[in-house]
Amino acid sequence: MRGAVNERRTEPPWVRRALTTVALAFFVLLLAMPLIFVVWSSLARGAAAWAAAVSRPDTASAIRQTLTVVAWVVPLNTLFGVLAAYAITKFQFRGKAVLTALIDLPFAISPVIAGSIFVFLLGKFTPLGGWLESHGIKVIFSTPGMVLATTFVTFPFVARELIPTMQAQGIEDELAARSLGASGWQSFWRVTVPNIRWSLLFGVVLCAARAMGEFGAVSVVSAHVSGETNTLPLQVEALYSGLDVTSAFAVSSLLVLMALLTLAVKAGVEWRYRRQEARERA
Amino acid sequence: MRPEVTTAVQPLAVKKQRRRVLGGLGLSLGYSVSWLSLLVLLPLSMVFVTMAGLPLDGIWKVVASRQVLSAVRLSFWTAAASGVVSTVSGALLAWVLVRYRFPLKRLVDALVDLPFALPTAVAGVTLSVLAGPSGWIGKPLAAAGVALVNAPAGIIVAMVFIGVPFVVRTLQPVLQDLEPETEDAAESLGAGRVQVIRRILLPATGPALVTGFTLAFSRALGEYGSVVFMTGNLPFRTEIAPVIIKAKMDNGAYAGAATVAAMMLLAAFLLLVALSGLQNWQRRRTE
Amino acid sequence: MSIKLTGIHKRFGEYEALRGIDLEVAHGELVALLGPSGCGKTTLLRIIAGLEVPDRGRVELGGEDATLTDARHREVGFVFQHYALFRHLSVFENVAFGLRVRSRATRPSRADVARRVHDLLRLVQMEWAARRFPAQLSGGQRQRIALARALAVEPRVLLLDEPFSALDAKVRLELRRWLRRLHDEIQVTSVFVTHDQEEALELADRIVIINQGEVVQAGRPEEVYDHPANAFVWNFLGNVNVFHGRLHGSEARFGPLRLPLVARAGGGQREARGFARPHDLRLSPRPETLDDLPATLVASRMSGKMQIVEITVDGVDQVLEALVERRQFQSWNVAPGGRLWVRLERISVHSAGTDGVSPPDESFDWVI
Repeated sequence: MRGAVNERRTEPPWVRRALTTVALAFFVLLLAMPLIFVVWSSLARGAAAWAAAVSRPDTASAIRQTLTVVAWVVPLNTLFGVLAAYAITKFQFRGKAVLTALIDLPFAISPVIAGSIFVFLLGKFTPLGGWLESHGIKVIFSTPGMVLATTFVTFPFVARELIPTMQAQGIEDELAARSLGASGWQSFWRVTVPNIRWSLLFGVVLCAARAMGEFGAVSVVSAHVSGETNTLPLQVEALYSGLDVTSAFAVSSLLVLMALLTLAVKAGVEWRYRRQEARERA
Repeated sequence: MRPEVTTAVQPLAVKKQRRRVLGGLGLSLGYSVSWLSLLVLLPLSMVFVTMAGLPLDGIWKVVASRQVLSAVRLSFWTAAASGVVSTVSGALLAWVLVRYRFPLKRLVDALVDLPFALPTAVAGVTLSVLAGPSGWIGKPLAAAGVALVNAPAGIIVAMVFIGVPFVVRTLQPVLQDLEPETEDAAESLGAGRVQVIRRILLPATGPALVTGFTLAFSRALGEYGSVVFMTGNLPFRTEIAPVIIKAKMDNGAYAGAATVAAMMLLAAFLLLVALSGLQNWQRRRTE
Repeated sequence: MSIKLTGIHKRFGEYEALRGIDLEVAHGELVALLGPSGCGKTTLLRIIAGLEVPDRGRVELGGEDATLTDARHREVGFVFQHYALFRHLSVFENVAFGLRVRSRATRPSRADVARRVHDLLRLVQMEWAARRFPAQLSGGQRQRIALARALAVEPRVLLLDEPFSALDAKVRLELRRWLRRLHDEIQVTSVFVTHDQEEALELADRIVIINQGEVVQAGRPEEVYDHPANAFVWNFLGNVNVFHGRLHGSEARFGPLRLPLVARAGGGQREARGFARPHDLRLSPRPETLDDLPATLVASRMSGKMQIVEITVDGVDQVLEALVERRQFQSWNVAPGGRLWVRLERISVHSAGTDGVSPPDESFDWVI
């Protein structure tokens, strides 16, 4: 019955049709068309050219570099996200609101600034950076710097996904486990983690997708050397600036595939989560 | 006398007991706070430390430079304009998705998240080619005398691209939770459709609209990758603040870059406080 | 304003909610639409209000065809099950809403609006809450505000959709009586929907019983309670014992019970059901007449000053309920398993083949 009520004859049909048309036209122009355009342009010179562009050595190196960065960023932020969400949702303590607000901070900061602050902190000219440099550890303009900048930008993702879910679940399950004799760790691994598996998965996927696609922050921190320190987005920029538009789109298509995969995972997770909720409520 | 003592001690003991029962607060909180401090707070503070590397009049020269001021102004007004466009179009899209039926609705709903998931560089390159002189959208527009690339309009379009999903996702749950009976009630009391929208629906979704605008606005303000390819970065015309910061960083003018960054951070912070105040005022009215 | 519905049909996709409803409500009457969940009564109410449009049929309000009129022009007041108060408006503004949305020509002045609102708030005894917001009120208070809001536009018909079902039992009883007094005072035609037969029996001038989208029976509470039209109504209103048996020629047989039905004309056999309310079974510790049947006590429980006694009649595999005054029952000193004698004072026999909806082929009231 809910469905029937939500679509009752409220606005006259012509209004509904007009609004739907306008909304869809907007959607197609702004959101769908770029998607289609990337795919089309990347194949503009044929599938062979696409394959060639994608298998170039500097593309391969960009893929490697991107994956390296992601391999560091995701575990770090997942660990932080889980611990922070756990602290915030299962306990009461002073300053909880401040902590929650601070977690959201990287969202509000321009990626360029996000990259810059690490240069300010660890660049060659700084005391800390200078010390590291003298010991042969390159941070800025090298992979560690990119990892740090990307971690900053994707910092909130896992926590923000987990907090609402864990808040809604409360502490009852954990208390029950404890009353049955489980230790803190056991209660965490056997009760808390399984309860949040879908939100956790989704948070990790979002974090990974954003980390793969981060551009502004790594642009500041990277040395922009094609074939060495370029991630995939930086490579796209390099190709575009070098007027090799088709190759730029070819490499972009890899990232688009990644984005579509993320959306598919999101849809899948939401569906599973709704099933899990429905089953548990019954 | 004795019972009084026990009751005074009881609540405190219970509270401590609760924390101990669940266990892990020390570890999780400690780790979170240290990580947060090291990764977020410490680097951010370096903005002001680095800025302090310049003498006061040096700072003033940067702040008051025409180029910087024009870039900051451009950033703010395009972000605000795009925020408004995002809010209106996002609200329309959310309304249609929640209330109406049409083919492929599920697909459209899923694709709304595309700008979230798509790397900003890809979005930027794609939008700039699409809107460029030879693109699918740029060509007909050029014939009509409208240029998107290398113009503020293009910047706004790119910002709307990344802002719309925020508005749609913020509004959808609110629209879904609206009790249909409230509209029935208004109708049975004699309100026409427009009156129902004005007096019932808008107030109910007001807070969500403000939140959506805030999210879209702050995201657009700092956006780099999606926008930088659209603009051509012509100083005084289409140069946005993040581009200036990047340029200064590339040139090694770290203190100058830090100054502009500080300006952006401060202005964004003030605006967020104002918007959050607006939201609180709204919330208090409905409770 | 009188209401007349003719041949109302409504379906939602595959589901037929209303299958040809005819209904008349006289001016000033308080009518209950009674039926189980999903029977279509709320849909019917919404059709009267104009919040739904029937697929077929006519809706006449005050003698005029209003089938296609918008809800906003029907001058009906609707009270919703979950109040549907406007959360962002104060109590005062909620009640004033209907007056504020009037077109400029018919809108009362600010002073008039204030006066009307305060009068109504006084009527529902909520004047003190004028500046509060719905979130600060209890369920019962919110429902009274919803009522005031509906009355503010001086509707010619008042419609209430299960108005008390979301409230505590005690509040429900209070508001029930209060609504009846209110109706007697303002005399506006009212229709309310409920699934609670007690509520319908207590409040209404007339009850309309609906099942599976059709009107099963309509009449005054006493009529419907004492002379249910078929098995469904028997089962729905009050407790009833159901006997299964057959009609043989001019006799109804329910196990050891034999009832001569002189009035029966036709012959042959048919399946039949007998209905008797608990208070129509007369119990005694010793047989008093030739019609008494031997029975065994199964269990009993208290209900106010009466005792509900469960028995099985020898030879009939069915637990029956009878009603005895508690003190009398206690004086008999019978334990579970003990012997009792039961006599039927009244039974209503319906030939089976009834689906609970259409009138049975034959029905007889057999009274001692």
